[in-house]
Amino acid sequence: MSPEIGRVLVVGASAAGLAAAETLRRDGFAGEITLVGAEPQPPYDRPPLSKQILAGQWEADRLALRADEHLADLCLDMRLGVTATGLDVSAREVRLAGGESVGYDALVIATGVRPRRLPGDGAHVLRTLGDALALRQNLGPGKRLVVVGAGFLGAEAAAVARGLGAEVTVLEPAPVPLAHAVGAEVGAVLAQAHLDHGVDLRTGVGVTAVARGGVQLAGGELIAADEVLVAIGSLPNTEWLEDSGLTIDDGVVCDEYCAAAPGVYAAGDVARWYNPLFEASMRIEHRTNAAEQGMAAARNLLDPDSSKPFAPVPYFWSDQYDMKIQAHGYLRGHEEIAVVEGSLADRRFLAAYRTGDRVAGILGVGMPPKAVRPWRQAVATRAPWSSINA
Amino acid sequence: MRVELDEPKCVASGQCVMVAPDVFDQREDDGVAFLLTEEPEETRLGDVREAVAICPAAAIRLLEP
Repeated sequence: MSPEIGRVLVVGASAAGLAAAETLRRDGFAGEITLVGAEPQPPYDRPPLSKQILAGQWEADRLALRADEHLADLCLDMRLGVTATGLDVSAREVRLAGGESVGYDALVIATGVRPRRLPGDGAHVLRTLGDALALRQNLGPGKRLVVVGAGFLGAEAAAVARGLGAEVTVLEPAPVPLAHAVGAEVGAVLAQAHLDHGVDLRTGVGVTAVARGGVQLAGGELIAADEVLVAIGSLPNTEWLEDSGLTIDDGVVCDEYCAAAPGVYAAGDVARWYNPLFEASMRIEHRTNAAEQGMAAARNLLDPDSSKPFAPVPYFWSDQYDMKIQAHGYLRGHEEIAVVEGSLADRRFLAAYRTGDRVAGILGVGMPPKAVRPWRQAVATRAPWSSINA
Repeated sequence: MRVELDEPKCVASGQCVMVAPDVFDQREDDGVAFLLTEEPEETRLGDVREAVAICPAAAIRLLEP
C-alpha cells in the first residue's frame, strides 16, 4: 500500500461510491474517507425503484444498501445532500456547494447519471426514491400513463403500471423495446409480452415534448395522459468536472485500471473505461457494474503499483411481468444471435450473441442457473463463435 | 461467522455463487440463492465478505460475533 495516501475522497454515495469506501476499509485502509452524496438519504438501492417500490410492495426502508450500524463501523465522514461543484486536480481538492473545499490524496468519482428529459413540464422521471414515490402515488386503476421510451426503466415501469390497473401507452422511436440493449429478435419477444399484457405499444414513434394533458409526437399529434413518465436514457453527471482537465466524453474517460489521472479514479454509471476483455471502451449503467467497479477502483487506488485491469463480464437483469431477463456479456453492437436453448415463442430461451468471431454475450429468459453458467464462462474466456455449434 | 440471506430481496444474479460456491447456491427453478451453510469456516471470511459486497441486491449480511 502506498504510504502517502492518508485521505480518500469518494464523490457519489450510491452503489459504486459505497462499494469503493467499503472496499478501502475491507482492504485495511485506516486513513480518512470522506463520502459526498448529492441525495439526502444514506446509500440506497435503485433497481427496486422501477419494480417493488413502484408496485407498492416494498416500503422505502428496504432499499438501504447497508444497515446504519454497518455504515457507522466504516468510520466515514459522510456529507449527504451535498453536491460537488468543481475539481482541481493539481491542488487535489474538490469544491462543494456552499463553498467548502475538501482535499484528498486519492479521489473516486462516482457521481452517476441523471435522466434525460424532454422539453415541457409536468412529466415524471425515475432515478431517485423521490421520483419513484411520486409516480407510485399517481398510478392506479383507470389512470392513463404514457411512458416515453421502452428501455429497461420504461419497460419495467409499464409492466408494473399494468399490474396496478393503469392504462399504459408506451412510445418508442426504435422498432422494438430495448433494441440497443438486446437486439431486434429478443426485443420482438418483449414487445409481444407487453402487447399480451394490454400495453398500447407504439414503436417507430418520436416524442418531441411533454404538453398539457399528454405528450406531443413528432408529427404534431397529442397523446393524452394523466401521467407521463419520460424514460429516454441518462446523461453522466460530469458538469462539475468541466474545468478539471480530465477527459470527458460521454462519461469520465479512464484507462483499463479505472484511472482518469494520477490518484483519480472513476466507477459506476459515470465511468467510461477500457474493458480489455472486450477490447472496447464502455460505460455501463448496470447495478452489478457499479459495485464491481467501485471495488476495483478502490483496490487500484490503494496499490497503484500492482494495479489490475478491470475486465468484467457485464451483467444485467430486468423483471417484466413474469419474465426475468438476465444477460452476461457485452451485447451492444452484436452482429448475430442464435437461440441455443428453448424457444423465443415460449419466452423461455437462451440466446447467444456474436460480435466478430466470438461469443460476446448470452441472454436468458426463464432458464435455470446451471444452463446459463457455462455460457457466461464462454463469454469470459472469449470462446470463438464456431465453438458453439449454433 | 454467521451469514444471513434475505431471499425475497435476492435477484438471482448468482454473483455470490461465483465468489463462494461452497457457501451459496441457487435454486434451479427461479435462480434465487440459498445458503449451503449458515456458519462457514473462518477461512472463508474473505470470500463471504466479497459476496456481501458484490451482491446487487444487498441481500447478504455477515454477522460476526
